[in-house]
Amino acid sequence: MSRTVRALTAAAVFAIAVAVLGALVGAADLSPWGVVATLLDRIPLVHLDTGLSPLEQNILLQIRLPRVVLALLVGGLLAVAGAGYQGVFRNALVDAGMLGSSAGAGLAATIAIVFLSGLGGSVVPVAAFVGSLLGVAVSWFASAGRRDTATLLLSGVAVGMFLTAAQTFLLQRESQDLQQVYSWMLGSMATASWTQVTEALPYAAVSILVLLVHSRRLDVLGLGDDEARSLGLNAGRTRLIVIAAASLAAATAVAVSGLIGFVGIVVPHVARRLGGPSYAVVLPLSLLVGAGFMESADTVARTALSPSELPIGVVTAIVGAPVFVGILRRSRVITE
Amino acid sequence: MRLPRRAAAATALPLLALGLAACSSSPTTANTAALSASEPRRIVSLSPTATEDLFAIGAGGQVVAVDKDSDYPANAPRTTLDPITPSAEAILRYNPDLVVVSEDSNGLVAALKKVGVTVMIEPAANTLNDAYTQIEQLGKATGHASGADSTVATMKSEIRAAVQQAGTSHADLTYYWELDPTYYSATSATFIGQIAGLFGLKNIADKVDKAADGGYPQLSSEYIVQSSPSIVFLADTVCCGATAKSVAARPGWASVQAVKVDDVAGLNDDIASRWGPRLPQLVEAIAAAVEKAPAQR
Repeated sequence: MSRTVRALTAAAVFAIAVAVLGALVGAADLSPWGVVATLLDRIPLVHLDTGLSPLEQNILLQIRLPRVVLALLVGGLLAVAGAGYQGVFRNALVDAGMLGSSAGAGLAATIAIVFLSGLGGSVVPVAAFVGSLLGVAVSWFASAGRRDTATLLLSGVAVGMFLTAAQTFLLQRESQDLQQVYSWMLGSMATASWTQVTEALPYAAVSILVLLVHSRRLDVLGLGDDEARSLGLNAGRTRLIVIAAASLAAATAVAVSGLIGFVGIVVPHVARRLGGPSYAVVLPLSLLVGAGFMESADTVARTALSPSELPIGVVTAIVGAPVFVGILRRSRVITE
Repeated sequence: MRLPRRAAAATALPLLALGLAACSSSPTTANTAALSASEPRRIVSLSPTATEDLFAIGAGGQVVAVDKDSDYPANAPRTTLDPITPSAEAILRYNPDLVVVSEDSNGLVAALKKVGVTVMIEPAANTLNDAYTQIEQLGKATGHASGADSTVATMKSEIRAAVQQAGTSHADLTYYWELDPTYYSATSATFIGQIAGLFGLKNIADKVDKAADGGYPQLSSEYIVQSSPSIVFLADTVCCGATAKSVAARPGWASVQAVKVDDVAGLNDDIASRWGPRLPQLVEAIAAAVEKAPAQR
């Protein structure tokens, strides 16, 4: 028990620390004290001379902070979704991408960019959200009638390849949009706003809540379907609910940030190493570690070449892959 | 977004430059020599800029097919030919005696050479002089040298007039050149950066290391807002629906100088991404925005 508390505390401190660091640094040179004072000044009844000009306060409150919050949210969502999928499939190598979610979002976003971009910026996120959910739904129905998770995964892979091929075909014909689609696929939070945060929040809250509530059932599911049934658990229904919630989480993240790989697979493993294999710990821990990881990655993305940006997908993979390999080498076999 | 130049810049600029250095001299020179006997009568253009050039110099009648992005002038024989992933066979269906491209992709030049079709590569211009030279090259190659000369002369005088009227020493004015709504921009080292440089404007993207991004960096929103440019040029009005209004609505952007004084200039994406005979229109649009900018303290 104390290990759980320790791990959760450490993860929470990590997430908060990188969020504060993220608020302090950026392409605009804001004095750290000014940032701290401006933030404290927002607390009711606290009045401080912030030393920041109205323009600088604007940059902090309207551009930098929503981006920090969005990065935390997206990281948490991708990681918790990945943990949920891994629980359902009893396979530690699964994430949203393997069930047609990324491919569906990619195709839908491409369609939106190619055919609907004249309508303005809000079309692409909506399309990505719907496409991501449709990708998973098609994978689910493609395997209908079969109860084994391997079939579902395989049909997810097949559906994903089909959708990706469709996207490639479309791009090949509309190559003038190549750059825009490519840039979306690498993921970015360059245009983060409070509007995006508030639009994503309801979906995020629902999906996270449902996943957390089902964490114990994922542990039971881990014993195998027959065992779960003898313990009174409806395995099929639990699977459907968790997949739906995880897909909603992934779709929400994709809608506001594009395709950011790796987080969904890696973070749950880090969580398992920190807090043990029980999903009652892995899920909340993934949420916190994912949030902290994504925010650190985004801080690198927006400061490494400042005032120029790096695609965040590149950062998560370049930082994430070696870290992941290191963890794998140091850890015992924990997937089974 | 109609910015194949930038896509190339981001992904394959060094490679492309190498390829061009290797190819551009041989096909063009071989080409002009071969054409002195008889002028090409069946031209296929896979470059929207070259299409505009050919029609401007009076060679439009010899053009039998242009690529799907060549949307100007309206009477150009537009086809479904793709300039970025061209197919030699699809081009040969038009039985061309001259093919003009802006880059050698998909091994096109080699394929067309095999069947004896002359190819001219007119790559994305780096300077205004490059743009003029290309028009003159096309003029010589198609038997419209005098048409090309007068096109260039008109362009030069129109551009000179626009620049003179707005003035060339505006070092007090800064600008941000937007290529798409995720803040991709262009530094002074790029073709469009140099055109804006005719007015002596200062480019906020120049703070970015020029070697990175091939001169087309993605700027951070907070940097743009902090720089508070005097003028914002939108080269993403057609592709992405950017307008002065949508820019003003971006979080934090209301305090940008250009937004405050309403000097957000919407440009036609195509004119702003090509290097052809409509360049004077681009220069005039920039001049108008420069004249509109109130003098800084």
